[in-house]
Amino acid sequence: MTATFIILAIITIAGSVAAMTLRNLVHCALALTITFAGLAALYLHLDAQFAGFAQLLVYIGAVAILIVFVVLLTRGSDTPQGAVFSSGWVAGVAVAALVFGVLAYMIRGSHAIGQAAPAAPDVSVRQIGDQLMIKYVLPLEVVGLLLTAALIGAVIIAMREPEQT
Amino acid sequence: MSPLSAYLLLSSFLFAIGLAGALTRRNAILVLIGIELMLNAANLNFIAFWRFGSHTGNQVTGIIFVIFSIAVAAAEAAVGLALIIAIYRHYKSTDVEDIKTLKG
Repeated sequence: MTATFIILAIITIAGSVAAMTLRNLVHCALALTITFAGLAALYLHLDAQFAGFAQLLVYIGAVAILIVFVVLLTRGSDTPQGAVFSSGWVAGVAVAALVFGVLAYMIRGSHAIGQAAPAAPDVSVRQIGDQLMIKYVLPLEVVGLLLTAALIGAVIIAMREPEQT
Repeated sequence: MSPLSAYLLLSSFLFAIGLAGALTRRNAILVLIGIELMLNAANLNFIAFWRFGSHTGNQVTGIIFVIFSIAVAAAEAAVGLALIIAIYRHYKSTDVEDIKTLKG
């Protein structure tokens, strides 16, 4: 546990808590961006440079912008007047706390993860590209097909529906 | 506390926050944001296990896993947000408690 990890963890957790509790949707989207940036910095801290920059590009560059667009398209930028939490929020928070309790208990009790950190694996972007083009070429094509289908489907779903007669 | 368990605790806390948000917020966009947080917690777990696990086999498997996971999460966000726009056009609301019928 280094100081870097503690600072990044605090930034990430503060961003996620703010994203889930603030009233104004635009503020929530901005807090979510902070969380994504903290996670990207954590990936860099874990020596996963490529995953860190992919996180920056995909989440901050695309997903956060998409969420802000949808907030503005659905006129969610005004601060809501009524309750922002659903009526059964106590049960929801209790379920989440229970899940965290079980996970934390299992992590603390596990013997398999107690060892010291091994040396950082030396992975270059060239190696990742080679593997993507040789060993994982079929999954890469499937993901490309999935993204194409998902984006075409998203456009069709979001198109104005024809007037019903 | 070993570094791996610190990362795992952080990611399980992120998962719990995302779950709490997805279960309790009224706005459909924030439910989707909660789901995104849970996916990101899973990605952090992948990276942490890759970094602190053994590297006897293929060294890049963990990174490849995360790249595919990010791609699938991006597709999920696009379709989910398009559904929210369609629902808003139909019901003039993104409040999940207003959306009660399957056939509009």
